[in-house]
Amino acid sequence: MITLGIDIGSTTSKCVLMKDGSEILTYSLRIGGLGTEGPEEALEELWNKTEYTPDQVDRTIVTGYGRNKYEGADGEVSELTCHALGGRFVFPEMRTLIDIGGQDAKIISLSDSGRMSNFVMNDKCAAGTGRFLDVMANILRMDIDELDECAAKSENPASISSTCTVFAESEVISQLANGVSRPDLVAGICESVASRVSALARRAGVVPQVCMSGGVAKNNAVRNALAKSLETEIDTDPMAQYFGAIGAALYGYRQLQKNKDNK
Amino acid sequence: MAEEVKKPEEVKKPRKPLDPNSAKYKLGKIASDAFATAIEAKKQGKPVAWVSSNFPVEIPETLGLATAYPENQAAGIAARGAGERMCEVAEADGYSNDICAYARISLAYAKLKECPEQDVAMPDVLLCCNNICNCMIKWYENLSQELNIPMIMLDIPFNPDYEVSDAEVAYVTGQFWDAVHQLEDLFGLKWDDDRFKEVTGFSCRSSRAWLEATAQAKYTPSPFNGFDLLNHMAVMVTARGKEEAGEAMETLLKEYKENHEKGESTFRVEEKHRVMFEGIACWPYLRVTSRGLKDRGINMVTTIYADAFGFDYNSFDEMIRAYCSVPNAINLEKSRDKRVKLCKDNNVEGLLVHTNRSCKLWSGFMAEMSRQIGKECNIPVTSFDGDQADPRNFSEAQYDTRVQGLYEIMESNKEAKEA
Repeated sequence: MITLGIDIGSTTSKCVLMKDGSEILTYSLRIGGLGTEGPEEALEELWNKTEYTPDQVDRTIVTGYGRNKYEGADGEVSELTCHALGGRFVFPEMRTLIDIGGQDAKIISLSDSGRMSNFVMNDKCAAGTGRFLDVMANILRMDIDELDECAAKSENPASISSTCTVFAESEVISQLANGVSRPDLVAGICESVASRVSALARRAGVVPQVCMSGGVAKNNAVRNALAKSLETEIDTDPMAQYFGAIGAALYGYRQLQKNKDNK
Repeated sequence: MAEEVKKPEEVKKPRKPLDPNSAKYKLGKIASDAFATAIEAKKQGKPVAWVSSNFPVEIPETLGLATAYPENQAAGIAARGAGERMCEVAEADGYSNDICAYARISLAYAKLKECPEQDVAMPDVLLCCNNICNCMIKWYENLSQELNIPMIMLDIPFNPDYEVSDAEVAYVTGQFWDAVHQLEDLFGLKWDDDRFKEVTGFSCRSSRAWLEATAQAKYTPSPFNGFDLLNHMAVMVTARGKEEAGEAMETLLKEYKENHEKGESTFRVEEKHRVMFEGIACWPYLRVTSRGLKDRGINMVTTIYADAFGFDYNSFDEMIRAYCSVPNAINLEKSRDKRVKLCKDNNVEGLLVHTNRSCKLWSGFMAEMSRQIGKECNIPVTSFDGDQADPRNFSEAQYDTRVQGLYEIMESNKEAKEA
């Protein structure tokens, strides 16, 4: 059975094509989420990468903030359930998932058997999300992907005390003007995100194995700062940004299985 | 495995004119009459009091003093879409948008003296009690200054202990009688013990029927949609000491009992899950917050916000203790235990917490309290940001994701239980 998972986030769109709920056939990612051409472009890229065709898909599930607006799927499921499923697919022992996306941060707790048992999300504030890093990268005239490498060169991470993104922006500008080095500033920015998210994680309760997903999972500086703050190892995977889409494809497969069992 | 959301079929009945013998008609009339009666009293030159919601209603009712409730007015203004406009008036006068939105709306009304979404009679005196919150004191002090009218303060401080002490009862009792004497002196009113006895009888009758009505959610499915309580509670806030309120609440209880016997409910879709709602309603988005639940077959069967306005007592001493025990005046442990009881009595499967920007007192300790409730009742908990009256502090997409996540966990739990 072929299932397709589409994750339409606030800043990116991801697609994953799976076979029998066990094999990832192909995947794609495009910048641009809800309200952009991103979802269509990601799908186009996906079909260009595989010999499979849309008419071979048995079930399509959409997730992410754009799930309610997308009309081409057979069903929609929250990104919470999908991230839990996708994370557990990659890490079968995972009990806690930290997902930092473009506009939200969520901590998902899983039971021993892998069912999502609870979750905690950030409030409306953008601090502790990918958007915070976007804004800061923009001030520093850097690409978001360069932050990690830059932070690694830091000797004395700067302290960013403001949690508000707008105030932190002013704080970074003044520290730049005062001669604080870019690596120290970037490391301080990453620690600020980690500090905010680790408070959320403590609220949810941290049970190993702890994993990280979402675009920010690629940022080692944030991940390391989180691990240090939570005093636990945090695993991630090159496919971490696709956990939502993997989970959606898995969800579709499980539904098909369930329908088959009920016949 | 959780199922994706499929909107349950709603049994829509054609709208008929309300039966004047129905609870909905009676309660709606009492709620609207509460404003009209004070406006009429004002026209006749009688004094009007603005009263905080958990002030002992027995005082103005016994003295025959006309009343209006700014919190109730602000909720009505917010539900009818004028919250932002009124908040901006107060903010332009220098009030921070961090202050309670009910306070901002009320202070704006004191300046404008009109708001078509919910007008009230202007006051001659302010009756303030801080058992609901401490912001109330400064809000009423400012009203007192702006309107140049007296404010009578009944101080019922937050109780860090589990029980109400005799010392607190004595402290509040002294203030109770002082408030009575001040009102007698101000307006030439006369306290009558027989009338007081009658009023306390009405208040307890309303409260008993109300609390028993809300407790009908013990049945599965619940005979009512919990959002009904948010409308009906207006009568408990503004008119619980009136005879007609008791009669209307008894009608409500009778209807809920009949619904249960007939297998009917005012929750018009299949009740798939039952949650407790925590916090004040998000009035500007009442429809959105209600639909987000109903479309998934989730019935909000209970909330301490509704029960907060039921005061049942058998003596003067018990009455004072009841006013010292309202939800916002009690410590975390007692607050938690009351909520845990509601969850258990009503077979709740999840907890939805409104993190209300306006209400720091209520929302501040919610993170810890909801964690303890979730653990004690073994239910999932989620929270969303919003505001009781300022519409600028709510995101529908964020609300929807959190409610869907809660739904998916409850579905998954149900399937695991059935398996």
